[in-house]
Amino acid sequence: MDVDLTRRAFARQRVLNPIQVARDGEEALQCLQAWEMGADLPALILLDLKLPKVDGLEVLRTIKTHPRFHALPVIILSTSGEDRDILTAYQEGANSYIVKPVDFDRFIEVVEHLQTYWLSLNIPPF
Amino acid sequence: MIRLDRLRHIVVVEDNPTDLELIRRGFAQGNCEHLLIVVRDGEEALEYLRRLEAGEPLPAAVLLDLRLPRVDGLEVLRHFKQHPLACRAPVIVFSASADEEDVRQAYENGANSYIVKPDEAERFQEVAMRISKYWHGVNVSPA
Repeated sequence: MDVDLTRRAFARQRVLNPIQVARDGEEALQCLQAWEMGADLPALILLDLKLPKVDGLEVLRTIKTHPRFHALPVIILSTSGEDRDILTAYQEGANSYIVKPVDFDRFIEVVEHLQTYWLSLNIPPF
Repeated sequence: MIRLDRLRHIVVVEDNPTDLELIRRGFAQGNCEHLLIVVRDGEEALEYLRRLEAGEPLPAAVLLDLRLPRVDGLEVLRHFKQHPLACRAPVIVFSASADEEDVRQAYENGANSYIVKPDEAERFQEVAMRISKYWHGVNVSPA
């Protein structure tokens, strides 16, 4: 995921939650190990599908089959609007799928919706 | 190609007329009132599955109350998530209960999201509007 763009959009929308960044699939899987050791669980996971080293679907599968973390909300944020990618992500347990807009202003709107929906309306399982 | 779910239906499984009216108003506020399919109890929800089997297009999402007459909401959730077609549709549990056990069971049974119904009518309607905006205008779900 474009980390700088995402950080800027979150700052613009005054999202106060701390952001932890995993730059590839391997780092994402390391986060799971840290949670197992007692690190704070995230309120929300934004996951790109196209990731170096370990791909996003594999990361999704690992989270969604994990005995303790499978109910963490995972939102796929991908440039792909392909039906097959959307279906596979849902079959692997994604909570929601958003096609990442290329336009920054539109991306800001998406972040606003993410914030109001997932960080204030939705009740997480923990 | 970017596909948005603006023109797809959302199925609302809800038996309480007051709550249903507030959901309608919220959807109307988001200009999506015409996209509501109302299912009034658990048995009707199971009949709705037959309609999907007969070729009715998949909804963008399902908004499900937990306390339903005849077949309860968790049971409906299980039927949807085990159904070969309906399992693809995201299910948002929309319940008056904020009880941890209800939340846990909803997610365990495959709910994609859990939202508590506000007590106050104006806030309820606003939450319904936000739900319709998110699942119609931001999220994409399998066709």
